[in-house]
Amino acid sequence: MFQVRIHGRGGQGVVTGAEMLSVAAFFEGRHAQAFPSFGSERTGAPVVAFCRIADKQIRLREPILEPDFLIVQDPTLFKVIDVFAGLRSDGYLLVNTNKTFAELHLGQVVDRLPKGHAVIVPATEFAMKHVGRPVPNAALLGAFAALTQFVRLDSVEHAIGEAFPGKVGAANIAAAREAHEFVLMQQRESAA
Amino acid sequence: MLKQIEGSHAMAEAIALCRPEVICAYPITPQTHIVEGLGELVKEGALVDCEYINVESEFAALSVAIGASAAGARAYTATASQGLLFMAEAVYNASGLGLPIVMTLGNRAIGAPINIWNDHSDAMSMRDAGWLQLFAETNQEAVDLHIQAFKLAEELSMPVMVCVDGFILTHAVERIDIPTQQQVDAYLPPYDPVQVLDPAEPASIGAMVGPEAFTEVRFLAHYKQTLALKLIPEFSEEFSKAFGRESGGLLRTYRAEDADMLVVAMGSVCGTIKDTIDEMREDGIRIGLVVIVSFRPFPVAALRTALAAAKNVVVVEKSIAVGMGGQLADNVDVALRNLPRPPRLHSSVAGLGGRPITRASLHHLFRQASVQPWEGTNFLDLNERVVGREIHRTRKNRRSGPTAENILRQLGKSVPPVAE
Repeated sequence: MFQVRIHGRGGQGVVTGAEMLSVAAFFEGRHAQAFPSFGSERTGAPVVAFCRIADKQIRLREPILEPDFLIVQDPTLFKVIDVFAGLRSDGYLLVNTNKTFAELHLGQVVDRLPKGHAVIVPATEFAMKHVGRPVPNAALLGAFAALTQFVRLDSVEHAIGEAFPGKVGAANIAAAREAHEFVLMQQRESAA
Repeated sequence: MLKQIEGSHAMAEAIALCRPEVICAYPITPQTHIVEGLGELVKEGALVDCEYINVESEFAALSVAIGASAAGARAYTATASQGLLFMAEAVYNASGLGLPIVMTLGNRAIGAPINIWNDHSDAMSMRDAGWLQLFAETNQEAVDLHIQAFKLAEELSMPVMVCVDGFILTHAVERIDIPTQQQVDAYLPPYDPVQVLDPAEPASIGAMVGPEAFTEVRFLAHYKQTLALKLIPEFSEEFSKAFGRESGGLLRTYRAEDADMLVVAMGSVCGTIKDTIDEMREDGIRIGLVVIVSFRPFPVAALRTALAAAKNVVVVEKSIAVGMGGQLADNVDVALRNLPRPPRLHSSVAGLGGRPITRASLHHLFRQASVQPWEGTNFLDLNERVVGREIHRTRKNRRSGPTAENILRQLGKSVPPVAE
C-alpha cells in the first residue's frame, strides 16, 4: 500500500487533489481511498487530505500517520504545523514553491530522504500561467506522476478532466503537463 | 458499474435507483452530500416521478416523510446528530404508525460541546425508537444496505435507519460498484403499502390507544422486529444472489473459527480492526471479529452462537451511555448471559467525536484485554493527565468554569467560536 498525505490551505484544492489522485489510480485498475481530514474547512486554514493506493481492497480507516509521499501545497505551513510527522525514511517530498530547499531551511529533512525523493515544483506559478488562479493541486499531481509509478500522466490528465470538464480542465491538464516535464527535466539534469 | 466515487454520492445514486417518490431533506453535516446528490438527480431529470421537498427543519423532514408514506409513497430522508434529536418525536411516530420510511443517518457525535465528527451517539439515542438500525462497514455496503432497506421496510411495514459513519465513509472517495436500474428493479418490487390514506376510502391512522390495547400494539412492534431477524438474512442472501456480492445480514465473522479472543464492533472501524487482526494473527495470536450489521433488531441468538467458544470478548464501540457504559457492550452482555461458560467481556469506548481509532491503539487494547484486563469501561486513548488535572481543578474551585473550554485551554488550543 502506498500512502499519500497532502497538506495545504483551504481553497487550494487539497481535498480535490487527493480525490483526483484516487481517480487516476482507479483508472489504472488499482484500489484507492481518498479522504479529507474532516475539519470544518475554512479558506486559508491548514487542511490535510489523504490518498491510499493499493492492489487490493483498502480496509484501513485511520488517518495516514506514516506517509510514503508528502505533498506540501503551501510552504508557509512549515512554520505552523509539523507536516513531516511520520514521513517514512524512504519517502518522497514534493513541495510547491519557487524557492530552494535551502531557502526554506529544509536541508536537514531533504538529506534524510533518498536522493531524488525531495522535489520542488513551482506549481502555483504553473497554475497562474495556465488556469489564472492560484490552485496548485493539478500541477502537483502531474509532478507526482513523474516521481512514482503508481499513476501515469495520462491517468492524471483523465482524472483532472473528469473533475473539471471543459476549459478549466484543459487548463489544469496543461499545468499538470508542465509540472510533469519540470520534474523529468530536473531528473535528467541530476542524472547528467 | 465500478466507479471511483464519494460515498455520499454513491448512496445518492443507489437511493435514486430505488425509485423514491418523495424525498424531504434538511441539510446537516455530514449527510448533506447525500441529499444534495439526490437533489441534483431530481433536478436533472435522472430521478423521475419523485418530489424533492426542501423543508424548514428536521422535524418537518421526517413529518413530511410520514405524511408521504401514509399516502402510499416511497419516502426517504436523511439526517445526523442534533438533526435526529430534533426529529425525535417523529422518529417514534414513524415506527409507531408502521410506516416504511428509509432514512440515512450520517453518524455524528451529539453536543454539547458541539462536534461535527463521527461517532455513534446519534444512532444510540434512537436505538429503542422501533426502527431497524443497520450499520454499514464500507461504502459498498452503505450502497447495498439502502437497497435492502427499502425492501425490508416495505415487507415489514416499519422504518429502517441505515447508519453510515460520518466523514469516514460519507466523505471518502473509493471504488464502489453501483448496480444497474434493472438489477434494482428486479430485486425491489414497487411499494405495496399495507395501509394508505385515501380520500376515496377514508381511514384513520394514529388514533389514540388506551390501556386496553397499548400493550398489544407494542407487543406487535416487538414481534415485527423478531420477524426482521429472519427477513434480514433472507434478503441479504437474495441480494448476494442477484448482485454477486455479500452485504448486510445480521452479523458476519472474520477469522473467528479458532479464535480465543473475539472483537465485536459496528461500522467502518471494522476495516481497521480486520487489518489489526491480520497483523496479530501473524504473531500467532488467535483473534477474530464479529461485525454487527443489524443493531436493531439485536441478533442475540446469532451472536451467542458466534461468541460461545471464545475466552475473551472485546467490544469496541463509538458511543457511551453516560453513567452506565457502552450500549453495545451492554447488549452483547445479554447475548452472553446464560451461556454455561461465558467468555469474559471487555468493554472499550473509542473514536468519540471523531478521534481516530488506530491500529496501534487497537493492538494495545487487545493485548491488554488478555494480559491485564480492566474493570468497567475502558476509554481508548484517554488523555488521563488532562482529565486528572480537570478533576483536581473542579475539586479545588467551586466556580471552575466550563469543562470543555478548560480542557481546550489545557491542550493549548484556542477556544474556537461556535460554528458549524
